[in-house]
Amino acid sequence: MKQSNLHGEFFMQGNIACAEAALSAGCRFFGGYPITPASEIAERMAFRLPQVGGSFVQFEDEIASMASILGASWAGVKSMTASSGPGISLMLENIGLGIMMETPCVVVNVQRGSPSTGLPTSWGQSDMMQARFGSHGDYGVIALAPKSPQEYFDLTIVAFNYAEKYRLPVFVTSDAIVGHMTEKVYIPPVDELEIINRKYTNKKPGDYQPYTIEPGQWVSDFAKAGDGYLYHSTGLTHDERGYPDMSEACHIQLVNRLIDKIKMNVDDIILLEERDLDDADVVVVTFGTTARTVVPGINLAKKKGIKVGFLRLITVWPFPEQKIRDLAKHVKGFVVPEINMGQIVLEVERCAGGVLTKSLPHPGGGIHDFKDVAKAIEEVAYAK
Amino acid sequence: MQELRVKISGFGGQGIILSSYIVGKAAAIFDGKNSSMTQAYGPEARGGACSSQVVISDEEIDYPLVDVANVLIAMSQEAYDKFLPILKKKGILLYDTDLVKEVQIHNEIVAKAIPATRLAEEMGKKIVANIVMLGFATAQTKISSYDAMKSSIKESVPARFIELNMKAFQIGYDYIGD
Repeated sequence: MKQSNLHGEFFMQGNIACAEAALSAGCRFFGGYPITPASEIAERMAFRLPQVGGSFVQFEDEIASMASILGASWAGVKSMTASSGPGISLMLENIGLGIMMETPCVVVNVQRGSPSTGLPTSWGQSDMMQARFGSHGDYGVIALAPKSPQEYFDLTIVAFNYAEKYRLPVFVTSDAIVGHMTEKVYIPPVDELEIINRKYTNKKPGDYQPYTIEPGQWVSDFAKAGDGYLYHSTGLTHDERGYPDMSEACHIQLVNRLIDKIKMNVDDIILLEERDLDDADVVVVTFGTTARTVVPGINLAKKKGIKVGFLRLITVWPFPEQKIRDLAKHVKGFVVPEINMGQIVLEVERCAGGVLTKSLPHPGGGIHDFKDVAKAIEEVAYAK
Repeated sequence: MQELRVKISGFGGQGIILSSYIVGKAAAIFDGKNSSMTQAYGPEARGGACSSQVVISDEEIDYPLVDVANVLIAMSQEAYDKFLPILKKKGILLYDTDLVKEVQIHNEIVAKAIPATRLAEEMGKKIVANIVMLGFATAQTKISSYDAMKSSIKESVPARFIELNMKAFQIGYDYIGD
């Protein structure tokens, strides 16, 4: 008997909510290798996938795990993997293959203290640039950063939708705090969720080419494996047929499209939480669980009479460049607290056009002292 | 209701994390409040220092960690030594009499002791010491209503051990603090 998706109110850990969201989104394959603090996702999927007719495989390493979810996706099944920094490092080559072959799938990175094996059981947000630039070459990427188990659920669904819509591996960049945080999670009935499923071609087998982009589309339609379509795909630069084409013209067209399919759709992809931005003098730009731990600092600065705005990047990649440019026109400056030594602050600074941008780094294993957050806000507010 | 920040601490294997889960679930699912539970543990599974924390509030919870506690539950000497400094003035300390022996109570906190592990052993199941402590905590603090805590325990332990856990809860609840 197949057990359907969960529905109702649960007191649920973030990582479990992520796994349940994947199931609700229709994920039916998980390939992975256990790693703290992401193992609960694999554990839950191993338990639950067989109940819904899916498959779970624990591979020999993360390289094989990532390859397996690409293969599952090409076989027509929504697929995902979950790991943490060290594992993601191993996956990056195949993540690049997934980007080049335009393979929908979801990669969850429950970030921990880094570099290397770092702090397995403790916190970090230091893989944000890895998500953006970790695999070699130029490409567009999507990364979503949840701040609570509920949002972990919601954004995992969104990640699956973006993966299908824009045909690429989508990152859910959570962290050990939200991964191991347990809160109330409401799981709607699956028919009330907005789920984007794979778009298959309506062309006949002889008329179909795997990478022909129809007018008005950014990506091509899939063909169903086993339905008689000839199919070819490769990590080499390829033409509409999916065959290698080593010409400069083909490469320019392909690389541009891998970037533009994200860049030209930022309004669809970017999700933000905005508080008190209209009359703000200082804007705190934050993401993930840091968006919660800095709140006492923001409140302390407000008590001292400073007008503090709050901008939370729910979508971290693509980066909301225009939003920062617009804010930079009327604020005194930005403060960017993050559990890394200053990654997203580089993007804020790039878009702020010379407006004061203060980094508030933390190497991981702990969180910002709220007094430091308040002090940074004050320094920007009263800067000469 | 005032926001309540609860720290539960001991060593791995005592059910410290399950205890926080039960407290958080009682609040979020059965008392209609918001709660946020986070955990911290060392790389080792058993015997290592272990702590977990729950924030309970009627409002949305922004800051999920407990670096200042209103309620501290200590199930080991190490846990007591480490976390007593984070207990607020007028905060409530609940500790296991037999596991926390060197106690220096000052009059700025309220301290209540229960031999939770010994009471559990007398029931024949040392493993329910954490539930005895939760029963005691339900009676001595405002972390949960009686019914919500019972419902939460029922839903959080294996079906065949519900009766045992209900008994453990009641023993803790009825215990007059030392």
